[in-house]
Amino acid sequence: MDDVPMIEVRDLTKRYPGRTAVDGLSFSVGRGEVVGFLGPNGAGKSTTMRILASFMPATSGTARVAGFDVFHQADEVRRRIGYMPENNPIHLDMRVREFLKFRARLKGLGWRRSRERVDTVLQQCGLMDVQKRIIGQLSKGFRQRVGLADALVHEPDLIILDEPTIGLDPHQIRAVRTLIKQLGERHTVLLSTHILSEVEMTCSRVLIMNRGRILAADTPQNLERHLSLDGQVVAEIAATPAAVREAFCDVPEIERMDLSAVEGEYTRLALTSKDGQDLRVVVSELVRANGWTLRELTRSRHSLEDIFVHLTKARKEDA
Amino acid sequence: MAASWCVVHGAWRTRPAPRRSPLNVYLALVRRELGGAFNSLTGFVVVAVVLLLTGYSLTDIIGKLNGGADDRPVVEMFYQSAYFWLILLPVTPVITMRSFAAEKATGTYEALMTTPVGDLQVVLAKFTGALLFFLLTWLPLLAVLAVLRQVTKEPAFLEPRATFGAFLGLTLMGSLLLSMGCLASALTRSQIIAAMLSFLMGVGLWVVSLRPEATAADGDVLGRVADHVSMMRHMGDFARGVVDSRHVVFYVSGTVLFLFLTTRVVESRKWK
Repeated sequence: MDDVPMIEVRDLTKRYPGRTAVDGLSFSVGRGEVVGFLGPNGAGKSTTMRILASFMPATSGTARVAGFDVFHQADEVRRRIGYMPENNPIHLDMRVREFLKFRARLKGLGWRRSRERVDTVLQQCGLMDVQKRIIGQLSKGFRQRVGLADALVHEPDLIILDEPTIGLDPHQIRAVRTLIKQLGERHTVLLSTHILSEVEMTCSRVLIMNRGRILAADTPQNLERHLSLDGQVVAEIAATPAAVREAFCDVPEIERMDLSAVEGEYTRLALTSKDGQDLRVVVSELVRANGWTLRELTRSRHSLEDIFVHLTKARKEDA
Repeated sequence: MAASWCVVHGAWRTRPAPRRSPLNVYLALVRRELGGAFNSLTGFVVVAVVLLLTGYSLTDIIGKLNGGADDRPVVEMFYQSAYFWLILLPVTPVITMRSFAAEKATGTYEALMTTPVGDLQVVLAKFTGALLFFLLTWLPLLAVLAVLRQVTKEPAFLEPRATFGAFLGLTLMGSLLLSMGCLASALTRSQIIAAMLSFLMGVGLWVVSLRPEATAADGDVLGRVADHVSMMRHMGDFARGVVDSRHVVFYVSGTVLFLFLTTRVVESRKWK
């Protein structure tokens, strides 16, 4: 059982009247991974998560959590997941401790065990000081933590969080992210967001999704490396444009070179490499060989944000 | 922590999933339903309105009794008065409108339905919570009758047979109306629509009672059916302390039918 991936999705499709929310989705998530679902609003992230949490069935395809089918073995699946739906719906009229105890009971914990677990998650999520307060009177950051504590209370194998940091201020976002990172140490986590820095900071793997399909899936670092082939190196050199052109025109790794004169009799050189390799060493060596002065040498790295915009834009144009 | 956990156990393994008896989960849900009713202002408003109207109607009845003698127990007079229906018919929709509609509107429904709780368990728990709250709102009536009996030294005010019958009738009738309310609430995410829908169903059933009593000799099938489902006639019997099994079967089967339909509506998200 332990060799089975935590999530295994094959050709998952969900159609609503007049709209396909999820379109032949396939992916798997191994145990202990923290995976981020990244996509614009309406990409199908929430629908996929709702299917995985066995709230609603797929139109076709299969999804398994810890080896159990989300539709046919829904109870087994629900016992093993902690799901925090979008907008973190919790009973605002209840007190924090009372709410968590109620949820622990629903999730099958006995009286004694639920008390122990509620104490643990209150501590884990920094809620000890507010445990007797009414949830509706808490700040949004604390409410979010209550939602996370609820998802954790029965010690699930898999935690599914739908937009866990939405609507929070920067301090609260940082606190929730730290918490999610800690969760990743003991649980498999699947979270969705449309904030790119969030997946960069918290996830070991990213699934970029748009219009119900996965456009890219890899670690944030690999995505940046593979997809930023057009990453440029920019240098400002104290030489004439003609001299710089002559020195660089024979370098085989360069695919494209742009030159422009800038103030102070410097030339601005922008180079694009052929296979995404770093040209900074080549530039510094040639500058030294020619005895020029160099006042700037930078590599413009494409962030995940650029990749995301690039991928989702390309899709829109295809459509 | 994570590293040590992984080292100790060698690999990621599935933790044993918690299991608990369905009854305990059901009781936790019922407790939440009752708690939810009293955590909101609606619960207290309902109790206050029922108390006020009951008190007013009894005062009115006593006023009438002063004008002339009446052999019937006061409980029976109360249930045969328009006040009773004025309380019963609007109060049940207000109690049940929250059940599913409010949870759907706030999104807690999704959080509830993704826990290992069965659809039937949820429906039964919501119904039980509503029924217990409904009975709770009527409890002060007993106290009012007891006070009247104490003051007037008149045993007719808390005649055991009539009181038991009346409360049994109230429970059965309340069950049917509340199960209709549960169905209405499961059908929509708007509490107002849920309340109006269940009020319409309740009033629809009550209007049938207004037909003049049919007799077997009339041969009018519709008339006899209307007579059979007449809530006013049933309540009259109950308040006299007469427990007719036909009435009991009618209310129990009606309640089961509406709860069954509610469960199907709750399950319907799996068919879409």
